[in-house]
Amino acid sequence: MIVARGVTVRVGPTTLVGGIDLDLYAGEVTAIVGPNGAGKSTLLGALAGDRKLSAGTVTVRGLPVHLMSFAERARARAVLPQRSELSLAFTAREVVQLAGEHVTRELADAYLDTVEMQAFADREYPSLSGGERQRIQLARVLAQLAGSPGAALLLDEPTAALDPKHQRIVLAIARRAAAEDRAVAVVLHDLTLAARWADRVVLMSQGTVLADGEPTLALAPDLLARAYHTSFEVLRGVGGLVIAHDRAHERPS
Amino acid sequence: MRPHAPRILGLLAIALVLGVVISLGRGAVALSPVDVLRSLGAKVGLAEASPQDIAIIWSVRMPRVVLALLVGSALGASGAALQGVVRNSLADPTLLGVSGGAALGAVAAIVLGAPVLAHPTAGIWIVPAAAFTGALATTRLALSLARVEGATSGVTMLLAGIGIAALCSAGIGVLLYLADDAAIRSVTFWSLGSLGGATWAVVGVAALPIVLGLGVLPRYARSLDQLALGEMEARHVGVDVERVISRVVLVSALAVGAAVATCGVIGFVGLVVPYLGRSLLGPSHRALLPACALGGALLLLLGDVLARTVVAPTELPIGVLTALAGAPILLAMVRKGRAQAVLA
Repeated sequence: MIVARGVTVRVGPTTLVGGIDLDLYAGEVTAIVGPNGAGKSTLLGALAGDRKLSAGTVTVRGLPVHLMSFAERARARAVLPQRSELSLAFTAREVVQLAGEHVTRELADAYLDTVEMQAFADREYPSLSGGERQRIQLARVLAQLAGSPGAALLLDEPTAALDPKHQRIVLAIARRAAAEDRAVAVVLHDLTLAARWADRVVLMSQGTVLADGEPTLALAPDLLARAYHTSFEVLRGVGGLVIAHDRAHERPS
Repeated sequence: MRPHAPRILGLLAIALVLGVVISLGRGAVALSPVDVLRSLGAKVGLAEASPQDIAIIWSVRMPRVVLALLVGSALGASGAALQGVVRNSLADPTLLGVSGGAALGAVAAIVLGAPVLAHPTAGIWIVPAAAFTGALATTRLALSLARVEGATSGVTMLLAGIGIAALCSAGIGVLLYLADDAAIRSVTFWSLGSLGGATWAVVGVAALPIVLGLGVLPRYARSLDQLALGEMEARHVGVDVERVISRVVLVSALAVGAAVATCGVIGFVGLVVPYLGRSLLGPSHRALLPACALGGALLLLLGDVLARTVVAPTELPIGVLTALAGAPILLAMVRKGRAQAVLA
């Protein structure tokens, strides 16, 4: 469980996130959504212990994250970054093995299989497409979790470069991690994905939390309009909400 | 480590032994490999050889060969390690200004520290200590210029290194101009390097910091691999990035400082050897660091054989040869980098 209290990150005179209180519970997938610049990635970085806090605290399983060593943090949570700049010619399998000493060749292959990348195990990472790289990075992150029961999983836009099928695979992985009693936070841009896969949605706007609750509550049209400054149509589908732009006001009357 | 790595390391080691035997045989008095082996064996009572041969091998050629091995391995391995630190395969002790800083430190010590240098025991350590200090200072400067908000930009570091190297070579020029001729060796020595000053005493000075550095670097192999993921990602998997960078830089500066203090600035070894190493063994530092130590030693050993035989009885500066071999490879890397983002 990760607990944030009064989390504030400032860079110079700009406040990226201000006074955020947030609890990430084990066994729950929390989606963090909001417009560009709302502070989603900054908040995730703060939860991961990456960002220096200007005020507030983040504790992971009761310990203040800034007092933990890097090795302790690595056992308490794994983080999938938005994109990775790895330019050396490691193979996909080698990238997964960078997760830690405990990741054997077999374990690495098993996680490549989980993200449907086993056929690429011996391919060099820089030669792969954006979506393929993202899945390999996800396999690395899962491999890091392997040795640490109860460690949290933090994913920053894991579906951005993926087609619908692979979006589904990634979010199913997030759900499975929650089923293993991990706290899972996912930054998402796709509101329908958030509504359908998360137990809880945190809607951010201008560095603060605008709504925090079940998808049907946090993704209400009026809240979305306030956060995004544009109007949405929120429909109830069979598998959850369907959220799309409302183009009504653009049509010639 | 990839499956074929041990075989390649083994082949490099064998090539190195052969290279040593060949190198010991070449010179004003040519000795056959058999004579070389006899003279080597005679020292420990395993064979018989003429006293003249033994003297040539052990007093004249062996110090030079050992110095080539030490300096080559220092440049090769620290090149690979520094490339790991800045996550850029175009980094190299010369391009980053590490060698320039070392040379400036050494020249400053020689020109300005004459009274201390006259001291029989302290004197011999002053120049390498100054070279190490210069190397460390310039590397830290380049790093601090390249670090923005806790992340290092490889490209910025290279550009900073180019500026620093230029500044160092200007500083060396000024110092050499100020110095009286007797106090100092030539500009050529400091800009193109030479193994010509090799004696057992010089080997002793180079050996300690280089062996220490090469002994410590492999401990950071895994962290350097993880650093390739990016500094933030390396922290995520448990690497204390600041500590790893500062240790690797310290150890590399130590090894490069010792190399430059004894042989001047020899360029491109730290660039070309890791490049070839990566294409043979992949980027993992566990295999790469020992391979670059062996490969750097081999390159400098063979380079030195050429340097002292092609224009005998005079010598080519070894840096001319390493640049002749290295610069085209650098250009090829830049060209290839257009497609593969070497400058990422």
